[in-house]
Amino acid sequence: MNSAAIALEPMMPQTHSVREVIKETPDTFTLTLQPEDGAGAIGFQPGQFSMLWVFGVGELPISISGDPGKQDRLVYTVRSVGKATNAFVSQKPGAGVGVRGPFGIGWPVDAARGRDLVIVAGGIGLAPLRPVIYHVLSHRTEYGRLVLLYGARSPRDLLYRKELASWARQRDTQVLTTVDYGGLSWRNHVGVVTTLLKYARLRPAQSVAMLCGPEIMMRFVARDLEGHGFGRRQIYLSMERNMKCAVGFCGHCQYGPHFICKDGPVFTYEQIGPMMDKYEL
Amino acid sequence: MENLERIIAECPFFAGLDHAYLNLVVGCASNVRFEAGSYVFKEGTPADTFYLIREGKVAIEIFAPHRKPIIVSTAGEGEIVGWSWLLPPYVWKFHGHAVQSVRAIALDGKCLRAKCEENHDLGYEILKRVVQIVEHRLDEARFQQVDVYAVQR
Repeated sequence: MNSAAIALEPMMPQTHSVREVIKETPDTFTLTLQPEDGAGAIGFQPGQFSMLWVFGVGELPISISGDPGKQDRLVYTVRSVGKATNAFVSQKPGAGVGVRGPFGIGWPVDAARGRDLVIVAGGIGLAPLRPVIYHVLSHRTEYGRLVLLYGARSPRDLLYRKELASWARQRDTQVLTTVDYGGLSWRNHVGVVTTLLKYARLRPAQSVAMLCGPEIMMRFVARDLEGHGFGRRQIYLSMERNMKCAVGFCGHCQYGPHFICKDGPVFTYEQIGPMMDKYEL
Repeated sequence: MENLERIIAECPFFAGLDHAYLNLVVGCASNVRFEAGSYVFKEGTPADTFYLIREGKVAIEIFAPHRKPIIVSTAGEGEIVGWSWLLPPYVWKFHGHAVQSVRAIALDGKCLRAKCEENHDLGYEILKRVVQIVEHRLDEARFQQVDVYAVQR
């Protein structure tokens, strides 16, 4: 089925086979999938997500964490926290998985051209932002400074450790990592991710900030970025809700006036900020 | 001394401090170095000094019997470490551990305390700035306590 046909049949999963499984942390795995019919995978925008069918178990909305320049595969980083995620990360190479999508509005990588990118990620939140990093590094001259601030619970929970080290060596790129709880062998920052802002080489007037992580973390980071001079339209967040149909039919992921699946998952802080302070949402 | 004055004046903690006060602070300052792995200060010892970190990283550690020390936070370049010098009983409550080689400016808290007692305007200025650090650290500790990355069930 080609991409036009898939666009017409958004509810129809396409069978993909698992090509590779990488254990990132004790509970988080990266799976690379390829279409089973041999057709090239559908292109995706950084920040978009797919609905992944684990046959006989259920369907999961998962952000794509791979390189948008490599269109022959789809890569997902998943933390095993429940029955469906556990079933997905337990798939072995060669196993079949259903894929719908990609869906949603992703990160504003085109609108951010010529500007600095400040990426703030927490925990598994680095996964939906990794495609942005790949994109910027492969179009390096089109963007200004790349600042990545990444926080995790502990050193063993840090994703993509080799890539973090390699990104830090790229020109005009600053990568800072921190953990909430450090062991004695950890020689880096200890503290919540917002503590990294004071070390970041920020130029708020010419920057776009992209945030992904637990909602409470994004709220704290957005508030601190405002304190550093970022406007609400310069701050983008990726929201997570219980996506089911992924195309705005079912309403499961409704958040105020928005459907996260169709209108997001990426929003500006101007759009979503007022709702983040409401208990009933 | 001129160099020391410039470094201190550029530190966010002392930013905008009246020149006369800055001179008093510089009079209490000296350059220090700590090797990676050494202690900058230890819990229970007199807190007569505080530090402006120029390079490297200091971990604030809690000693816990029968288990490894717990690192609660780190402070790096441009940050101030220590406020126990300002409040009785002037004793460190945690360990300060150089996790990397550290270059810092040591500020004689006892000397500065005496100057703050003599000149309450200076004392109020310093106190306001220290309270801001305490507020930030308290915010960070509260946020840390939320354990945002834990699995929500």
